[in-house]
Amino acid sequence: MVKLLKSAPPTAIAGMIVLFAVLLTGILAPLVSPYGETQVVGGAYQPWSRAHPLGTDNLGRDMLSRMIYGARNTVGLALLTTGIAFSVGAFLGMFAALRSGWLDEVLSRMVDVLMAVPPLILALMLLAIVGPSIPNMVGVIAVIYVAPVYRLARAAAMNVVGLDFVEAARLRGEGTFRLLRREILPNIGSTLIAEFGVRFCFVFLFIAALSFLGIGIQPPTADWGSMVKENATLITFGDITPLIPAGAIALLTIAINLIVDWMLHRASGLKS
Amino acid sequence: MGNLLTIRDLRLEAGDRRDPVVILKGINLDLDRGEVLGLVGESGAGKSSAGLAAMGFARDGVRFAGGSVTFDDTELLGLSRGELRKLHGKRIAYVAQSAAASFNPSMKLIDQYSEAPRLHGVASRAEAEKDAIALYRQMQLPDPEEIGFRYPHQVSGGQLQRAMTAMAMACRPDLIIFDEPTTALDVTTQIEVLGAIRDIVDQYDTAAIYITHDLAVVSQMADRICVMKDGEEVETATTREMLDNPQQDYTRSLWAVRSFRRPAEETKASETLIRGQGVTAGYGKATVLHDLDFTIPRGRTTAVVGESGSGKSTLARVLAGLLPPEAGEILWRDAPLEPRLEKRDARTLRNIQMIYQSADTSLNPRHTIRETLSRPVTKFTGRRGRKLRARVAELMELVDLDPAFLDRKPGELSGGQKQRVGIARALAAEPEFIVCDEVTSALDQLVAEGILKLLVRLQHDLGLTFLFITHDLATVEAIAHKVIVLKNGRIVEQDDRDAIFGDPQETYTKRLLESVPQMDPDWLTAARERERELRRREAS
Repeated sequence: MVKLLKSAPPTAIAGMIVLFAVLLTGILAPLVSPYGETQVVGGAYQPWSRAHPLGTDNLGRDMLSRMIYGARNTVGLALLTTGIAFSVGAFLGMFAALRSGWLDEVLSRMVDVLMAVPPLILALMLLAIVGPSIPNMVGVIAVIYVAPVYRLARAAAMNVVGLDFVEAARLRGEGTFRLLRREILPNIGSTLIAEFGVRFCFVFLFIAALSFLGIGIQPPTADWGSMVKENATLITFGDITPLIPAGAIALLTIAINLIVDWMLHRASGLKS
Repeated sequence: MGNLLTIRDLRLEAGDRRDPVVILKGINLDLDRGEVLGLVGESGAGKSSAGLAAMGFARDGVRFAGGSVTFDDTELLGLSRGELRKLHGKRIAYVAQSAAASFNPSMKLIDQYSEAPRLHGVASRAEAEKDAIALYRQMQLPDPEEIGFRYPHQVSGGQLQRAMTAMAMACRPDLIIFDEPTTALDVTTQIEVLGAIRDIVDQYDTAAIYITHDLAVVSQMADRICVMKDGEEVETATTREMLDNPQQDYTRSLWAVRSFRRPAEETKASETLIRGQGVTAGYGKATVLHDLDFTIPRGRTTAVVGESGSGKSTLARVLAGLLPPEAGEILWRDAPLEPRLEKRDARTLRNIQMIYQSADTSLNPRHTIRETLSRPVTKFTGRRGRKLRARVAELMELVDLDPAFLDRKPGELSGGQKQRVGIARALAAEPEFIVCDEVTSALDQLVAEGILKLLVRLQHDLGLTFLFITHDLATVEAIAHKVIVLKNGRIVEQDDRDAIFGDPQETYTKRLLESVPQMDPDWLTAARERERELRRREAS
């Protein structure tokens, strides 16, 4: 593990430092934030000061504290959502590749239908049906992102299921789950991990976008997307405060992409 | 100096400059006009790199570390790309191993043919076309007028290889490099391609470097042979001298490989282990196997031979249960064998094992050798803990591998070692019957010989029954007891090895046997004569 980190290029290390810092802040939010998440501590739109380093928001809540809690909510939910999408998508994709035949056809056509609708519109539609709440949002985004993960996992697994060692395991009479877990998954793992990083960014931006539109994470819960929306009017007065949550979104996205680039590079190197 | 090509102390390196991987350690080659030099060696010997270096070319990541390559009084090393380009295709041409992969699939053959002459200003498009047709005719391609206007996928592999040779001749070069041009072809096709290449090289008095690992092939083609090993020249001599009287031990060991025969043993008739009755199988609408009746004797090696597409591997899949037959029945000791893998019981699964052609794809690259071997041992024999470890170590010894390899992954083993692990995995189940699907075709001859010896020993010690699928008749002659000849999914002939090799009954079997190159420089001429005779008799 240490050896692996030493071989990482500086860009990937920078990415990892940012990601680690954000995760740590999120986990330790109640300890490091000066005020509570929804605590009203003063007037609305107060400028930056010693007491409130980033000022206050439209309801007079401390911006810095909300940034810190926002890391916890946005990143945590994005991780959860991506995790669900990956478990389901990767399993179904590998399963379809291994079984092939009609099951593969049915699953693939269902996924095609899912991918035919633009994701944002699909999300708006589904959330309008089930009503905006955090579990619903997680569920809807996970369903949407199952589709690309399924496709990737199926394509990657297709390359592996034809290989002789899978056939050898089948001749041994191994069950489907063992084939998936022991023979196929380890060989497409690096591809999936790299994709996880990319998808995590998308999901994270998607949550931020939905929150900005007002159907994602609901007030008063702090998250970076809705913080941009709530304080957007400040821009017209030349105050850069709303750009700070936006910048945090950008920073985390870039950091993850740097790590993913490195992983993709390693994965492709291993193949040759 | 009449020398067309002179290579002196040529060294090639790859990788890091401070700690380079040396590919060629200073080789010397001389080639006269019109002479054919054979470069022979195992994979990794540096044959292909030497061939490319003769063009002044090094693959990406490989660099010239010293020496000189002089072509017709021009030093090639250090020439600019532009100057090399003027030589390549015009005066030096290259024919690659896989013509199918080397042609541009989206261009017609004749368009690709005329590129070089036009680029070098040798001929106009119309002249090139006329010339191409003339060459296609000389290469004995069917429909020479028309074949050039097809796309590569519409032409068979052997024809493509001839078309590529014709293309290399387009500018009437002084030197052609042939890099294993017939390795990927069936024997009956190979003989046609070899003949065509030799005729055309003779006719235009073209010098050639012929790279191959197949000694029998090179002895047909080359005036002189250079044996290489680990980037060094082992020995160079004229073909006859080299065949009759090799000087170096390494050369002698290469020559000896082909004389391997299973030790004489009692050939008493054995009971039948597997009997196929009217087996018909295929994929979807395409029927690959037609109504096969065959028997596989117990404790013996039955070889299935045939060209690619004859249904050899399909037969293996049917026996393994991967492809249930559409009709017919397979009996295992006179009891019907369950056709579908999913329904076979543990004993049947255990009794039928497979060893694969490609050691690279037959082992899971993410599992250590220990994991690969432990699973079948546990699954089939229920051994765990200390007993499991002991059995796995025993398996390694059985296939002559150091148990220290157990904690490595397949990527850290050589091809021959990987193939041994594949054999150990099959043995782990303690089976009665093993299907060996082209197990030696991807290996160098010396390594392949080791594997064959191992299989013969295991059969003797463990009483195993082998079904040996191969297109290599030399291997069949070496180890088989019984031979089944397949063609287009039908059995042409099945009999004891000695009967098949000594007195083949069918024309196809005769043709197949006669197409196997022999280590005799006159073989090709004689074989083509016999082939013409066969054709004439068939026609009348």
